[in-house]
Amino acid sequence: MTDPADPADRRSVIRDSLGVGIATGLYGVSFGAVSVAGGLSVLQTCALSLVMFTGASQFAFVGVVAAGGAPVSGALTALMLGTRNTLYGLKLAPLLGFRGWRRPAAAQVVIDESTAMSVTRESQALARAGFVATGLSVFVLWNLFTLVGAVAGNLIGDPRTYGLDAAVGGAFLALLWPRLSDPRNRMIAVCGAAVALGAVPVTAAGVPVLVAGGVALLAGVLTRSASDPTELPGR
Amino acid sequence: MTWVAILGAGVGCYLLKLAGVSLPARVLDHPVVERVADLIPVALLAALVAVQVFADGTRLTLDARALGLAAAVVALLLRAPFLVVVFVAALAAALARIVFPGS
Repeated sequence: MTDPADPADRRSVIRDSLGVGIATGLYGVSFGAVSVAGGLSVLQTCALSLVMFTGASQFAFVGVVAAGGAPVSGALTALMLGTRNTLYGLKLAPLLGFRGWRRPAAAQVVIDESTAMSVTRESQALARAGFVATGLSVFVLWNLFTLVGAVAGNLIGDPRTYGLDAAVGGAFLALLWPRLSDPRNRMIAVCGAAVALGAVPVTAAGVPVLVAGGVALLAGVLTRSASDPTELPGR
Repeated sequence: MTWVAILGAGVGCYLLKLAGVSLPARVLDHPVVERVADLIPVALLAALVAVQVFADGTRLTLDARALGLAAAVVALLLRAPFLVVVFVAALAAALARIVFPGS
């Protein structure tokens, strides 16, 4: 630790982080159940949580494969969604200051929640406390509850009876929701959804989502060449 | 094939995280990089919502899943936590299928 932290502050950061860890870990149940409902085995489902370990990418992979898409389309969608963790890592690295073996170990738990619970801290000690407590608790519980959900999902029979196919759409919407407070994001979301639906009848399953990703890429590059004066409404 | 995709994408996602904590911070300074990285999750998640709810293979459909999505919107407007949103979406679709079998 390069700077001292008040033990009370530290305890409070860790307590909040564990709360986030428990809440996030619990919804591993929904991932596990949705994944086996989508046709993956219990072992494949657990491998996704263990190795990929980034919720949106995992749901995306399973969603594409369940819809009859090629596993490669699922993999590409998962990777595109995983790029945001690179951005998180870039922001976190100077803040956490991990060296040696700690860096590759910490990398696996660079996700939405651990980033959110550490980037706002005032000192390195508190940032590390938030990152480690959130990252580890989410990792352990997410994997545990993925297994619980996968085993339970295997036992309940036809997933459509329980509306599990509708749960996937709800999960994606819940992941998207916090980003919709920004007007530009709302426009991109509407465009992405429209483009994907337009592509459904003319492309193989899984491809429409990738096409939407391409639209975002294009929008990001083009809004730059249009530059500041023509910045989108509401910035 | 599925295993190759799972492990390939899994390791790929790890390498994306590792690149983030290993690359120099100035990579982030490029405005295009930051904007594209902001927009991609939004477009992909919106596309995934649309396709998961309104597509069946290569056909567009309107069935019980749309009711599930509407229920999820209501739950989100009421600031329900993630797990509740997912549960409500499933419940609404399941109930719709009891009332309208085959939907």
